[in-house]
Amino acid sequence: MNFAKEFSKGLIKENPTFGLLLGMCPTLAVTTAAVNGLGMGLAVTFVLVCSNLMISLIRNIVPSKIRIPIYVVVIATFVTVVDMVMQAFVPSLHQVLGLFIPLIVVNCIILQRAEAFASQHAPLDSVADGLGMGLGFTGALTILGSIREILGAGTWFGKTLFGAAFMTLGLLIALLNYVRARRTV
Amino acid sequence: MGTRLVIIFISGILINNIVLSRSIGICPFLGVSKQVETAIGMGLAVTFVMTVSSAATWVVQTYVLEKFDLMYLQTITFILIIAALVQFVEMVILKSSPTLYQGLGVYLPLITTNCAVLGVTIINVDNHYNLLESMINGCAVALGFTLAIVIFAGIRERLAFSDIPKPFQGFPIALITAGLLSIAFLGFQGLL
Repeated sequence: MNFAKEFSKGLIKENPTFGLLLGMCPTLAVTTAAVNGLGMGLAVTFVLVCSNLMISLIRNIVPSKIRIPIYVVVIATFVTVVDMVMQAFVPSLHQVLGLFIPLIVVNCIILQRAEAFASQHAPLDSVADGLGMGLGFTGALTILGSIREILGAGTWFGKTLFGAAFMTLGLLIALLNYVRARRTV
Repeated sequence: MGTRLVIIFISGILINNIVLSRSIGICPFLGVSKQVETAIGMGLAVTFVMTVSSAATWVVQTYVLEKFDLMYLQTITFILIIAALVQFVEMVILKSSPTLYQGLGVYLPLITTNCAVLGVTIINVDNHYNLLESMINGCAVALGFTLAIVIFAGIRERLAFSDIPKPFQGFPIALITAGLLSIAFLGFQGLL
């Protein structure tokens, strides 16, 4: 029950992008296409879940004075793992995201969740929190990427939208009809 | 050599402005830009840290990481160098000039998580800059950051007194303003 609660809060209610305005740099920079947003989101989700789990496990032995550097090292370790895995398995995506993969280290969402949640909660809850926040972030990035890709390139996940011309014209005519109807009333 | 440095300098400030063209360093750009005065303080602190960390990371990159083939430790090493440097700078300023500390002190801890600093050090490595070029690039990028955040703060000070539709108040209008500012900086593209 608790697991579900911690998981679901990140999706809408405390969505890190739309609600807390955290992690703005990748949100703005890599969302030129839906697939980039999705890839970035999943990379952050992985780091967030792993670092939340790790920090929650070590929360009782970390001296509070040097906790931030320790968290940063934990996060940087998982970011390095993600960097290498992506380079090996999805080199084209790795090329596009480029500089923004190492910059996941300084993504405020991850440090904020470590500090605000994982350092005070049990491992299972922290994983749920990380997963929820990460997927909320992924969702936001994918939506933003989709809109930008559809507007900018007329494609979605790299596929041409064939019906787009008909639909756009149909929607425009409907809009015009709506405006006319309101004028005459 | 001289012209190369000038090109790096100008492109760092105007053409490849880190905030408006590369979209790095957005968090402080949106967070610390409510007043011109605080924006200037943040800009100066970032300029200092970025220049010094460009030099420090270059030395470590060349003489430690490349020499012992430890490239995979780059991310961890760089973030630790920056964090340590920020702490160090904070202590030095506190001891040497309490007035400067009053002005910059509150911004210093924030700089560790400013992705522009880590971003610049990685850009330096990716472009194979030498020590001098790295420092010039770090300084130029930071001045570009300062320019952007100060202009943005100036606009936001005026926005506070304007009549804005309710749903747009706060962050939405700030983001739209930043978008327009970024279009304005597009005009520098053809400069060099």
